[in-house]
Amino acid sequence: MAPSRKPRPRAKRGTFKRLMKELFSFFPRLLPITIGCIILSAAIGAIPALFMRQVYEIIGVAVEEGLGWSDVRSDVIRLVVTLGCLYLASLISSFTYNQLMVTITQNTLKKFRDKMFDRMQDLPIKYFDTHNHGDVMSYYTNDIDTLRQLVSQSIPQLLMTIITVSVLVCVMLSLSVWLSIVVFVGVALMLFVTGKIGGGSARHFVRQQIAIGKTEGYVEEMMNGQKVIKVFCHEEESKENFDKVNDELYHEAVQANRYANVLGPILGNIGNILYIIVAIVGSALLISGASNLSLGGSENAIFTVALVVPFLNMTKQFTGNVSQVSHQINSVVMGLAGASRIFELLDEEPEKDEGYVTLVNVRDIDGTLVECREHTGKWAWKHPHKSDGTITYVPLMGDVRMTNVDFEYEEGKPVLKDITLYAEPGQKVAFVGATGAGKTTITNLINRFYDIADGKIRYDGININKIKKSELRKSLGIVLQETNLFTGTVMDNIRYGKLDATDEECIAASKLSGADDFVTRLPDGYNTMLTGNGANLSQGQRQLIAIARAAVADPPVMILDEATSSIDTRTEQIVQRGMDALMHGRTVFVIAHRLSTVQNSDVIMVLDHGVIIERGSHDDLIEQKGQYYSLYTGAFELE
Amino acid sequence: MIKTLLKSVREFKKVSILTPILVFFEVILECIIPFVIAEMVKMIEEKETVELVTVLKYGGVVVILAVLSLIFGAVAGLTAAKASCGFARNLRHDLYYAVQDFSFENIDRFSTSSLVTRLTTDVNNVQHAYMMIIRMAIRSPFMFIFAIAAAFITGGRLAWIFVVVIPILGFAVFKIATKAMPMFRRVFKKYDNLNSSVQENIKGMRVVKSFVREDYEKEKFGRASRDVCVDFTRVERLLALNNPVMQLCLNIVMVFILSIGSRTVVSTGGSALNVAHLSALLTYGFMILSSLMMLSMVFVMITMSIESARRITEVLNEKSTIVSKNGALTEVKDGSIEFTDVSFKYSKSASRYALSDIDLKIESGQTIGIIGGTGSSKSTLVQLISRLYDVTEGSVKVGGVDVRDYDVESLRNNVAVVLQKNVLFSGTIKENLRWGKKDATDEEMRHACHLACADEFIDRFPDGYDTYIEQGGANVSGGQKQRLCIARALLKKPKILILDDSTSAVDTKTDAFIRKSMREYIPETTKLIIAQRISSVQDADKIIVLDGGKIIAMGNHDYLIATNEVYRETYLSQNNKGGED
Repeated sequence: MAPSRKPRPRAKRGTFKRLMKELFSFFPRLLPITIGCIILSAAIGAIPALFMRQVYEIIGVAVEEGLGWSDVRSDVIRLVVTLGCLYLASLISSFTYNQLMVTITQNTLKKFRDKMFDRMQDLPIKYFDTHNHGDVMSYYTNDIDTLRQLVSQSIPQLLMTIITVSVLVCVMLSLSVWLSIVVFVGVALMLFVTGKIGGGSARHFVRQQIAIGKTEGYVEEMMNGQKVIKVFCHEEESKENFDKVNDELYHEAVQANRYANVLGPILGNIGNILYIIVAIVGSALLISGASNLSLGGSENAIFTVALVVPFLNMTKQFTGNVSQVSHQINSVVMGLAGASRIFELLDEEPEKDEGYVTLVNVRDIDGTLVECREHTGKWAWKHPHKSDGTITYVPLMGDVRMTNVDFEYEEGKPVLKDITLYAEPGQKVAFVGATGAGKTTITNLINRFYDIADGKIRYDGININKIKKSELRKSLGIVLQETNLFTGTVMDNIRYGKLDATDEECIAASKLSGADDFVTRLPDGYNTMLTGNGANLSQGQRQLIAIARAAVADPPVMILDEATSSIDTRTEQIVQRGMDALMHGRTVFVIAHRLSTVQNSDVIMVLDHGVIIERGSHDDLIEQKGQYYSLYTGAFELE
Repeated sequence: MIKTLLKSVREFKKVSILTPILVFFEVILECIIPFVIAEMVKMIEEKETVELVTVLKYGGVVVILAVLSLIFGAVAGLTAAKASCGFARNLRHDLYYAVQDFSFENIDRFSTSSLVTRLTTDVNNVQHAYMMIIRMAIRSPFMFIFAIAAAFITGGRLAWIFVVVIPILGFAVFKIATKAMPMFRRVFKKYDNLNSSVQENIKGMRVVKSFVREDYEKEKFGRASRDVCVDFTRVERLLALNNPVMQLCLNIVMVFILSIGSRTVVSTGGSALNVAHLSALLTYGFMILSSLMMLSMVFVMITMSIESARRITEVLNEKSTIVSKNGALTEVKDGSIEFTDVSFKYSKSASRYALSDIDLKIESGQTIGIIGGTGSSKSTLVQLISRLYDVTEGSVKVGGVDVRDYDVESLRNNVAVVLQKNVLFSGTIKENLRWGKKDATDEEMRHACHLACADEFIDRFPDGYDTYIEQGGANVSGGQKQRLCIARALLKKPKILILDDSTSAVDTKTDAFIRKSMREYIPETTKLIIAQRISSVQDADKIIVLDGGKIIAMGNHDYLIATNEVYRETYLSQNNKGGED
């Protein structure tokens, strides 16, 4: 129902700041150390040029003046050894930060994943009803992926470049102002080109991302309907339409990759040309014997070869850094967009719960209920009264009453109107009505997946808004039409209803619900692994396991929403005894379109467009000769 | 495998070949440039003899070379983009077309989600690898060779240092790569599992919440996510050794060249080697080592994409199990059906037959009900009629002719099946209905919808027949969806109409109405109705009771009530008259 979300082309403002803040809070010590190592490694990386210059200078002088190796050996060796030490320091810091960066990246991803998952568990059902599941999923796949790229590569690379470049700028200025200016102009040109091409590239990458999403969506829809395509011989149309989206993706992909691919050679060669220009300017100054202007001191009053050559090396290093960082533009743009969306999920409003009435174990001592820690099998609602500070204990019975309840999912579209109903402990209440009449909605309100707009719902006489949601839901067992089993053994799945249930309890619940019969016939019995929502079981078998799962929880109130719809009537008849035993002593709400399932209910409510139009027992309703009667006889109309 | 994949290059062959050639020239130029620069710097060094003109001459040469290299590089970038994206497009195209030609049996073999992954993620991986191959796999070795050659020319004996360092780096890098690869494969699998457990959680959120298992789920996820994190950290740490190792080698080269180089320069008085040469040598050193690194990256990329490539070829090589014969019949005479000694199993290796010893004769225009418990192969039986599967033994005849002698498309146009797991596609109601008949008029659609009892709710939609149906029909109810699917099938005006549990979500009254209108308006069409409800079939001419893949009884309602235990039990369970009998 939810429209698929378009990838956000641009990150929200402040995303980078927030990301950095999060990173620092994740690693208050490790991150500064890592940054320190990066800075150290980058700074040292820029310095060797200086040493080389000195070495070249010494050699140059030696050659010029015809000195022997022995005359300069000690100087050269000293410099080289110092250089070696610097290299070693740089190597150590580089090794350290490379290793630390891995830890930081992976733990950051883990923390974000955990945070997202934790937040997701706390979101109201409404969120899942209104968001496309594939989109929610992509937080964990696509967005986390772009974040990885951003944290592990782009940010360190960026930091590294900033440091290297600043050191280089200082060193260059200290060598020669004029040559430095030439380099700066060239780099400015490179940045301009990067901005032009890189900007275009990022734009196209986003467009490519959208095209990929579109293709994926189309492919998924068609693959899901592949059998229908075959039945209708619709293959040709399906191919034709696919070619359209596929060509569009191709077009966008070529654009995006083209920009990215071209950027490298262009920047590399601008770097080369810049190198030449620096060389020409340098040699022109050299030849003219112009005086050198430097910020480093006045000892190099004129240009020397020993100055020009290392300067050239630095130019190379400078442009190399700039072109490397320009490659990160796409990842930065996409990574920030991903981070921005992850924050969006983290900022979703969690399910609110102002309830304060809790469920506790009690012991009956001379007619008064006393709270106790151990399992007594007896439960009561612990209801503290704010006004006078007293606590009352109300035994858990399973009495549910709705009075004049109104509800709407969307403003202006009422789904339930003025619903009043009583379900006394042990009663079986059935809802009958067409799809969309509001049957499931009523149960959604009882367990507070949604909150009512108007009216009252009381559970054992307590307003359900006062009951803590978790406690309320614990007291309700729900079996839904759409069965969801989890990856794990059959036993694990049944135990989901009560985590500390023994194997015996689980098997007993399974026998009660009628699942035992087929489970024991599975190759590994209760240890059979279920995957892909129990893909290896039939729909009916899955429903039986879901019923067993609810049974093991042993709740006083059960809601069976089309719980047996996929069990054929004959099997249903066979498991009926178990179902009856399961329902015995509990308040049960049953929703079914199969009338045979609901016939023996104490009360049957016929719903139509959110209104209860008839209520009463099967016999009452047959007598009334209303909607239920016509539904019931509809089955025999042609007899 | 590679041969199968390369078939999809097609019109992008030219650019695919052009790219490495361009890259080749780019690499040559890239290696020449430092060479010329070194010569120029050498000139500059000999200050007394140099003239600005000479410098400019050299500079001019370098600029020309750089521009050429830029052009080669940029064009190679363009062709590489075109070649790899085009290859990916063709792969997707070929995969999609292959799937369209799949039979049900083929489709069953691949799950939907795995087909989607093959068409998206796997193709992406191959695309990246392809780009890598045509750009880097050529670039790196050439760069490597040229740079070594250039190093020897410039540095003479000094270049031997590379011969020492290269094996060290090469060994380390490839050791790391080969060790990391199996680890990667394992951790990716874990990562996939983690994501599929998230998916499971999202889908089962109602269950999680109603059992108040949020904290349990958090804990479970936390454990799995920690596990993935630990494994990823381990393998990434291994890979993170690459950079320092590379740096170490580079540093060794630097220190060596600087110290030994200086000595050579000084002792030869700059005649054999000079400062400029040293500088160039260092550049070559960087080129050699980084090309080696690149090579190892390409190696890793390619190995990682091999799995994807294998999965793609698996689909491309899959042969459709159902194809029309040459000179097949295109005319279906009437809607009669005949099963003779039919047995069927889903795969050759299956031990159990899904259907066995089916003998059945249905006359054109009859209405046939099919009843049976879950797993009694009701759907299988009817799917043989439109040749969605081929029989294992025996034969199925439609209009007196074996279904295998018909052109598949003609057969299916005459045998409409409303599948149990049916889907609507995103698009308007009209667009969905036109699946049945491409050029259906509004009048025809209205009529079909009327027969399927769909008109009453369509008319209540504000946009009527132009109402947009979301993917999978998410915005219509189950019963509405089923009725639309029936209408869609009716538009085909088939000779045989099969409803496979197609009215399960429709109330009994509407169900009865649909059956009534079918009887009245398409009397000559043979109708097969699979149902759970006895009421849906009890007025049929003949009812087939299936159990465990065998026909256990056949006859009309009264006959079966009188003679068949299973049928009677089912009937009673639905009508709850057990006590009265």
